[in-house]
Amino acid sequence: MQLVLNEDQSMLARTATDFVASTEPLARLRKLRDSGDALSFSPAIWARIVELGWTGIPFSEADGGLGLGVADIVVVTEALGRLLAPEPFVASVMLGARAVALAGTAAQKAAILSPAIEGKTRIALGHDELRARGDIRFSHCRAERTATGYRLNGGKSPVLGGVGADVLVVVARTAGEDRDAKGLSLFVVNKDAPGVVVEPLRRVDGTNAASLTLRNVDVNDAAVLGEAGEAFGVLETVIDGATVAFAGEMLGGMTEALERTLRYLKEREQFGVKIGTFQALQHRAARLFIEVELTRSAVMAAARALDEHAPNAKELVSIAKARASDGFALVANEAVQMFGGIGMTDEHDIGFFMKRAKVLEITLGDAAYHRRRFADLRGF
Amino acid sequence: MKPATTMADLEKFRTDVQGWIEKNAPASLLGKLGHHDYELWGGKKAKYATPDARAWLERAAERGFTAPAWPREYGGGGLSKEEAKIVEQEIARKRLPAPLVGFGLTMIGPTLLEYGTDEQKREHLTKITRGEIRWCQGYSEPNAGSDLASLACSAVRDGDDFVVNGQKTWTSYGDLADWMFVLVRTDAKAKKQQGITFILTSLDAPGLTIKPIRLISGASPFCESFFENVRIPARNVVHEINQGWTVAKALLGHERTMIAALFGSGTRSKNADRVVDLARKYLEADSGPLPDPILRDRIAQLLADQACFELTMQRSRDAVKAGHRPGPETSFFKVYGTELNQRRQELFVALAGQHALGWEGTGYSDEEIALARDWLRSRGNSIEGGTSEVQLNIIAKRVLGLPD
Repeated sequence: MQLVLNEDQSMLARTATDFVASTEPLARLRKLRDSGDALSFSPAIWARIVELGWTGIPFSEADGGLGLGVADIVVVTEALGRLLAPEPFVASVMLGARAVALAGTAAQKAAILSPAIEGKTRIALGHDELRARGDIRFSHCRAERTATGYRLNGGKSPVLGGVGADVLVVVARTAGEDRDAKGLSLFVVNKDAPGVVVEPLRRVDGTNAASLTLRNVDVNDAAVLGEAGEAFGVLETVIDGATVAFAGEMLGGMTEALERTLRYLKEREQFGVKIGTFQALQHRAARLFIEVELTRSAVMAAARALDEHAPNAKELVSIAKARASDGFALVANEAVQMFGGIGMTDEHDIGFFMKRAKVLEITLGDAAYHRRRFADLRGF
Repeated sequence: MKPATTMADLEKFRTDVQGWIEKNAPASLLGKLGHHDYELWGGKKAKYATPDARAWLERAAERGFTAPAWPREYGGGGLSKEEAKIVEQEIARKRLPAPLVGFGLTMIGPTLLEYGTDEQKREHLTKITRGEIRWCQGYSEPNAGSDLASLACSAVRDGDDFVVNGQKTWTSYGDLADWMFVLVRTDAKAKKQQGITFILTSLDAPGLTIKPIRLISGASPFCESFFENVRIPARNVVHEINQGWTVAKALLGHERTMIAALFGSGTRSKNADRVVDLARKYLEADSGPLPDPILRDRIAQLLADQACFELTMQRSRDAVKAGHRPGPETSFFKVYGTELNQRRQELFVALAGQHALGWEGTGYSDEEIALARDWLRSRGNSIEGGTSEVQLNIIAKRVLGLPD
């Protein structure tokens, strides 16, 4: 494993950073929030992301993708995360589409994945439930066998990127108890099917998420992705990839939050001097820098370990998410503290970083969850 | 031998090294890596655990493997960084002690290679690689710790010599060394960084007295050094007179890299999983999840942080290999690596509980007594070689560009 960007990745990083900046994400985020737009992102910007080919990055060329890996995905998510771009990239590509890519048959991929890579549709994954607390085994939502397929009942929340998604991939239990790994199944659900209700959630960071309710929703056998009852393995792979992709977003966010704070320390004057001359603040800024660098290493290593199917890949995923969760929270909290009163105002952008940090900290398992998982994997 | 460049060359080289180790490493030393008695520091006062230990040093020196990356003319191996790494890896793979350790190899050697005259290199480097001379460092003074440049130990020119008067402290292993590299003040009127000279002296010089300092851990790895009209030949000045601060800083860079590598990785404490072994033993849980969720979380946190630190050191090496300059991340290796070690030692003691509180005598195993002493010793990690606070100052100003 080489913890360094190759030439293509360096170029992708430059393109992505410039592109994201040109779309003025923070201004859009604010405007979308203030107008109460349920979609919470800009379809026109999403279309340009499709044009850039990013929706095809992790998928094989046979499926119409670019045949790249998670190491390339985190280059893009870091750029998106830097300026808190509201587009549901990880949700649609690394959760929704990737579940179809990894679990679907050739026919299912042709019908569902290809249009998503081409930007004609968006896929959302409904796996989480409010009581799960990060545990991907948890599903209270159930699917009962019927003569022609399955009948789904239950709820999924939050479904990331679920508002406006054309296709829903839902995790439901076909056997076992709520917390069993065995008995999980993946279903493709039509958002317009009778009994399906998608309600937008308005969350602190303003990103797209939905609450999904399924009441006697009937699907046929062709709607099952992979083998019924055996979805845990593929779900874990999908969630691991998305977890690292989110950690990449968090790395971007904390890098930017630190840079903004450093600029402020160099220009803000109190007591007749720049506040950046105060050692109390200098040492804290240095600690934040260390946090960002450690997170960068963990994210790069986890992404490469997944791509190389390294035996310790899952451990590295949990190390990266735990680090990014704690690190982004620390950087964002310290940023607001160092900006002082202005940092508490809605008018100033720094508060958006703290809100995103909190949402991503809890998304797909917080630091305590991932340390517990790391301990489980290490066998202590 | 031509330096190996391709992967195939390097693998061939690895096989050669394995063959050499097979033939030359005494069987009695296999598995002795990490055993204190088998650390090979060399020098005139060296005590060897066994004759085999001495033979291992001499054979490795003969082959150029005590300093694999140094030039052959000074007893080094003349090897590339990749090849030198292979030598280290293969020796460690057999759990053999490094054939030679010490400040000659890690601090004054690299400094002389960069700043020394040909005469100085000829005089000192071969004696280092052969393990004949052991070096110590005369930097800190009672009134010059973090503010090192305020040092006062004075050197006055008298003919071909400098006459040195003053006191140095925290001289690591001064009582076991043969030579010292010293920072002295040669111009009391210049701005404080400017009047400093870097000079080399034999510890046999008349007027130089070395006394061990007893630490809170009970050990005495450091000494005080007293200079009373000690005459040092002017030809022992490294680099220019009054320009010693430049040399001192370069050497501090080598020192911090060494300290970070020493304490940051779990390898020094035999292996990273020792913390889990200790937890299983003292929490009386042979298998399954550890019964104390809070201690379990602390272990996970430590191991995860250690992994992040080691990955960052790897990222730094990979970037250099790929032709980039070392990134700003190297600036925090010292502060973070030493703090990791302190947390590790604290956790060891927490896990062992009452068993970790023994000082000496019966009732405690040797390993348990070491837990307390290692914990006490580790508190110095964030002080020696530049305090954490000084390191954070450096990051804030040089890396983050915060104003003075």
